Amino acid sequence: MEARYDRAITVFSPDGHLFQVEYAQEAVKKGSTAVGIRGTDIVVLGVEKKSVAKLQDERTVRKICALDDHVCMAFAGLTADARIVVNRARMECQSHKLTVEDPVTVEYITRFIATLKQRYTQSNGRRPFGISALIVGFDDDGIPRLYQTDPSGTYHAWKANAIGRSAKTVREFLEKNYTEDTIATDSEAIKLAIRALLEVVQSGGKNIELAIIRRNQPLKMFSAKEIESQVVDIEKEKEEAEKKKSKKLI
Amino acid sequence: MALLEVCGASWGSQVSCGTKSGRRQDPGHYSFSLRTPELAVPRGLQPPEFLCSLEADAANQVRIEMAHGTTTLAFKFQHGVIVAVDSRATAGNYISTLHVNKVIEINPYLLGTMSGCAADCQYWERLLAKECRLYRLRNGERITVSAASKLLSNMMCQYRGMGLSMGSMICGWDKKGPGLYYVDENGTRLSGTMFSTGSGNSYAYGVLDSGYRPDLGPQEAYALGRRAIVHATHRDSYSGGFVNMYHMKEDGWVKVESSDVSNLFHEYLKTQG
Repeated sequence: MEARYDRAITVFSPDGHLFQVEYAQEAVKKGSTAVGIRGTDIVVLGVEKKSVAKLQDERTVRKICALDDHVCMAFAGLTADARIVVNRARMECQSHKLTVEDPVTVEYITRFIATLKQRYTQSNGRRPFGISALIVGFDDDGIPRLYQTDPSGTYHAWKANAIGRSAKTVREFLEKNYTEDTIATDSEAIKLAIRALLEVVQSGGKNIELAIIRRNQPLKMFSAKEIESQVVDIEKEKEEAEKKKSKKLI
Repeated sequence: MALLEVCGASWGSQVSCGTKSGRRQDPGHYSFSLRTPELAVPRGLQPPEFLCSLEADAANQVRIEMAHGTTTLAFKFQHGVIVAVDSRATAGNYISTLHVNKVIEINPYLLGTMSGCAADCQYWERLLAKECRLYRLRNGERITVSAASKLLSNMMCQYRGMGLSMGSMICGWDKKGPGLYYVDENGTRLSGTMFSTGSGNSYAYGVLDSGYRPDLGPQEAYALGRRAIVHATHRDSYSGGFVNMYHMKEDGWVKVESSDVSNLFHEYLKTQG
């Protein structure tokens, strides 16, 4: 059954599936994990860095991209597709600023990206974009926002979410651990993102890339050292928590 | 083609309508009505040349006079924005009507004034109203005055040189406070505290400049706007009829009055002694 309805994007299957879109979502599941968290005064994006070959220059692999001063996004899936989407989104941010004399709201640029993705699911000769994106930022009114888009062109607002490989595990971790306390301060929100990624990333802090936006401040990428110190703090807290547990048992 | 013969304009190559873009484009809501041009431009006929051949010129024998008879004004003060316009429409030396509404109520927080060619003003400002409404529906919040005036000025830029005639002031109150922009057919867009447009604008500026203070009270501001329009209509033959005055406040505009200028002028004469 599937074989006959999955060649062309513009063909529905009898049971209502667009197989090309679903296969695009499979491509997303192959990409490295990205996690996004919306705190009270901060938004955090963390991605798993794929280990690079010995001779490859690490700096050319960037999975967290700024779309404007107050919005940035991380993606999971086909890097080349993401480059196109990021370019179009960056142009739209500036075009909006020029026409409307106001920076884009996070919802507007998410809607633009989602509409772009949907257009590619409904035209012949093209295939859908094989990426899901997590878009974070602050609006003019100072409210932090996190949105997720997927290859079908839908978008939703989230408090915290993960995409890519092992997204399910990370999301379950977030569902258990995202509470008012854990996002109360900026440092707690950052730690939550790192802890979520450590669940699925092998070899710890070296393979994590982190970026934050604080209200009225530009995007800040964390250096490897800063991530390492956060990871060390997290390990300490884990040990202390375990010691307390073992004390109780005795 | 009968109109072309009546105007005496030379018949160029075959007039055939065709929109510009061959590519299949759905405008999408991010183009703000700009990607597909609203009006089809006849191919082979250059609008600027066509208009030159029709303009009032001894050599050409007067055919169509593009007269811009009106007086409109708007100014910001501490309690918002005052908008005052006259209501006379003229076609050359003939007064077509004294009851034109030269203020378009785009939404409860946005007003646009019209001066110049009545048809151009009405058409483009109604188009602007449509775009503002769509913006509100798509984005969940009202369009800002700067964005609305930018949309109108971009529409004008698209048709620059093709003979549009429109001088408009976009006034409103948005999240940035009271806003006042002047937009005209060249695509000029200026933000300011006080503007006046039309053939009677110099008379209105005279009265406004001598009486304006940013800390006027509402009644004083109404009196100033009223007086400026009345004096302009008295001296400018293309302005007259009624003073239509609006006051843009934080919670929307209110129509203050619609008063006959001749009655007002006689009252001013009486108080002067």
